[in-house]
Amino acid sequence: MAVRMEEVLTRRTGDPSSTDHPGNRLELSTEDGVTKIFGFWMFLVSDVLLFATLFATYVVIYTHTADGPSAAELFRHDVSGFLAETLALLTSSFTCGLATWEMHQGRAGRLKLWMIITLLLGLTFLGLEITEFHDFVSQGATMQTSAFLSGFYTLVGTHGAHVTLGILWMSLILYQLVRFGLNAVTARKFYIVGLYWHFLDIVWVLIFTVVYLTGVM
Amino acid sequence: MGDSLTNTAGHFFVTGDPMIIASDVAIVLVSLGIVFTLTYFKKWKWLWREWLTTVDHKKIAIMYLISAILMLFRGGVDALLMRTQLALPNMKLLSAEHYDQIFTTHGTIMILFMAMPFIFAMFNAVVPLQIGARDVAFPYLNAISFWLFFFGALLFNISFVIGGSPDAGWTSYPPLTELQFDPGVGENYYLLALSISGIGTIATGINFLATIIKMRAPGMTLMKMPLFTWAVLGTCIIILFVFPVLSVALALLLIDRLFGAHFFTMMYGGNPMQFVNLFWIWGHPEVYIAVLPAFGIYSEVVSTFSQKKIFGYKSMVASIMAISIIGNLTWVHHFFTMGAGPAVNTFFSITTMAVAIPTGVKVFNWLMTMYRGRITLSLPMMWVLAFIPNFALAGATGVWLAEAPTDYQYHNSYFTVAHFHQALIGGVVYGMLAGMYYWWPKMFGFKLKEKFGKWAFWFFNIGFYVCFIPQYVLGLMGMQRRMYTYTPDMHWTALNFVSTIGAYLMGIGFLCIAAQIIHSLVHMEKDLTGDPWGGRTLEWSLPSPPPHYNFAVIPQVSDRDEWWERKRRGEQDALKPRPEDIRNVHMPKNSGVPFLMGVCFFIAGFGFTFGWIAVGAAGLLGVLVCLAHRSLDQHPDHDIPADEIRRTEAALGRL
Ligand code: HEM
Ligand SMILES: [Cu+2]
Repeated sequence: MAVRMEEVLTRRTGDPSSTDHPGNRLELSTEDGVTKIFGFWMFLVSDVLLFATLFATYVVIYTHTADGPSAAELFRHDVSGFLAETLALLTSSFTCGLATWEMHQGRAGRLKLWMIITLLLGLTFLGLEITEFHDFVSQGATMQTSAFLSGFYTLVGTHGAHVTLGILWMSLILYQLVRFGLNAVTARKFYIVGLYWHFLDIVWVLIFTVVYLTGVM
Repeated sequence: MGDSLTNTAGHFFVTGDPMIIASDVAIVLVSLGIVFTLTYFKKWKWLWREWLTTVDHKKIAIMYLISAILMLFRGGVDALLMRTQLALPNMKLLSAEHYDQIFTTHGTIMILFMAMPFIFAMFNAVVPLQIGARDVAFPYLNAISFWLFFFGALLFNISFVIGGSPDAGWTSYPPLTELQFDPGVGENYYLLALSISGIGTIATGINFLATIIKMRAPGMTLMKMPLFTWAVLGTCIIILFVFPVLSVALALLLIDRLFGAHFFTMMYGGNPMQFVNLFWIWGHPEVYIAVLPAFGIYSEVVSTFSQKKIFGYKSMVASIMAISIIGNLTWVHHFFTMGAGPAVNTFFSITTMAVAIPTGVKVFNWLMTMYRGRITLSLPMMWVLAFIPNFALAGATGVWLAEAPTDYQYHNSYFTVAHFHQALIGGVVYGMLAGMYYWWPKMFGFKLKEKFGKWAFWFFNIGFYVCFIPQYVLGLMGMQRRMYTYTPDMHWTALNFVSTIGAYLMGIGFLCIAAQIIHSLVHMEKDLTGDPWGGRTLEWSLPSPPPHYNFAVIPQVSDRDEWWERKRRGEQDALKPRPEDIRNVHMPKNSGVPFLMGVCFFIAGFGFTFGWIAVGAAGLLGVLVCLAHRSLDQHPDHDIPADEIRRTEAALGRL
């Protein structure tokens, strides 16, 4: 097993001022934490590949509108919608970063507060996205209309599904923070869900560019 | 009412074909037999506690190995049925539809449910031991991987009797596989079974990457790592990069089929070629995923049985890495004939041939290792020796295929079939058999007796050439792949007949292996040395099978062939634990959740296969519950007290 407890190195040096030194971080204070975070980075590589494939497919078919609405027609009516989504998600990534920062300061209370705000922003994003999808569908632009729309709903929807999972996951970790407090294990768990959250943010920036901006132009 | 019930049942359970009814009966009888035996010998609890809930990599290895051998049997029966159907012209053994299903399940099972679990059996059996670790990086995830593979394979296999098998080839190209042209559930089975086991495979890739990078014993730098572990590292990198692409390709096709989307349809803007690209971006590297671990095994076996250090270690490492990179740049050679144009075809022609260079380096190094070595001809070594000419021929015919203009001639002909079997059997299956023989004593604690093994070797090898050499010729004579039957005036009869004889010889070879295993079980010859071959790497420093924590004290490594060097210097006792060095060991607890998660995935897969969205969603919900359960588990690990370890080691005679 990863943790050789007898070798668990408590790397905290007791000098709280040098929090940016990786060896001092709570989530990296056990060998188990280090291995799991490394494993999670590897998982992210596979998720990058997953999205890359979806993007590639989308780029191949996004002009294949088969007499259905084109990207330009759809997204022009929705600029404020996808801008609001973007704003909500980018802000949530920022608040998630603040939560991490508070964690490294050892302030569990503020960590939880920023997590709640992150969750609320995530929910806002999801709500906006569902409204957008609903709008498009009620205009008759469904996944069955054209290859372009199949690609659109699948790519953006996969990201949305990731966000949903992220919200469930972060809530579970919030619960554990409340229940068990901030320790090497909960810190590692929050750190990992934070990585995931930032990753979704980056994917969204790409969606924003490749799907929406390219679409309106 | 009664009528409509039999009607639905008739659709649900495949009926009509006597062969399928016979297998129905066989399946029911075998299942009853298993249930009866387990109950009679009161083994249910044992099964659950020791196997279904285990997170020990060594036991997971054994479960993978058993599954792989069973699947080799299933895929082999498919192969024999096909070869029998083709033995003579105008044969009516199978219907055309049934033939289609059989080549599809044969190809899919052999690649995904035989070769993959076989390599994972080797990963699990060997890697932690070779690098001096107590387990893989994520043992719980490792169990999940196994159960996802297992239930994926199960889902695929039940298609035969429930609902009908896929029948569009293991490549499952749209638009042929779109709902419109391929109604029925067979294709859904294919897509979902591969998706489920694919998630497990990605997890395995991540797990072994983390294991190799983070868990090596102190002193084992990358350049001191055994070559099998290097090969696993290369394999895992490829898995990480290409399996997600397969997952997406399958998911998109499934979305087309279940929800009426248009990724790959002929109308509404779909683009079937996109699937072909995505499929082979995974599919070509997949052959390196299967063959690199085999290369790793050859390296270990050659060096052990020549009693020499491997020749050209660094160039071996470099070629593993080169193969895992260049291998990703060749996928278009699978569809040179689809009209991508000369520039694209030339590029992929050259990259394909470039892979021959690192491969050639490896073959050269194996030969040089044997040169002036003291060679012992035991079974693992025999399979390595048989592999070399095979792979030379596979490489040569591969280069012919890699030249785009000539490929127009052989594309989708029996020439191709002969070529890829030469690579897959001669490269992968031979390697896995060599590995199985080599590490069997380590995994099970007893040696396989050689008698039936030698018979197996000769039957399989001679059968191999008799089966596939005629197929090259048939391909050049114009016989197409996936042909259900032919007429006598094609003049293909004699060669096809010979080929079928070869297939049966291989079948006898397989039976000899089964006989060998049973024979060795009955006349068990326990291996008390832990090092029956005079091994070179750390796994041979442990007793066989190793205790579940592997190393009582983690060894300090200073050499590439650590164990060999220690033996040479007469220091082998230095790798035994000293009582005062033994501390408590932290190990993961067993858990039934990975198994249950597999069951949930199975329910989800089965539901979606039949378009029962509610069942599918319920299965996925179950998966989420399993994940949450794990996250909330505060005590997934426990300590084995040092005293207990001292007792175990003393009982093993190591203290
Ligand atoms: C053990 C002896 C084997 C025999 C006699 C055998 C025979 C055959 C035959 C007769 C076909 C159908 C060719 C056609 O109709 O076009 C076939 C296809 C295939 N085989 Fe095998 N095979 C064997 C082992 C294997 C192994 C070990 C693998 C992979 C690891 C494998 C992978 C495939 C694949 C991928 C196909 C293509 C299926 C398709 O066209 O969709 N075979 N084999
Ligand atoms: Cu290829």
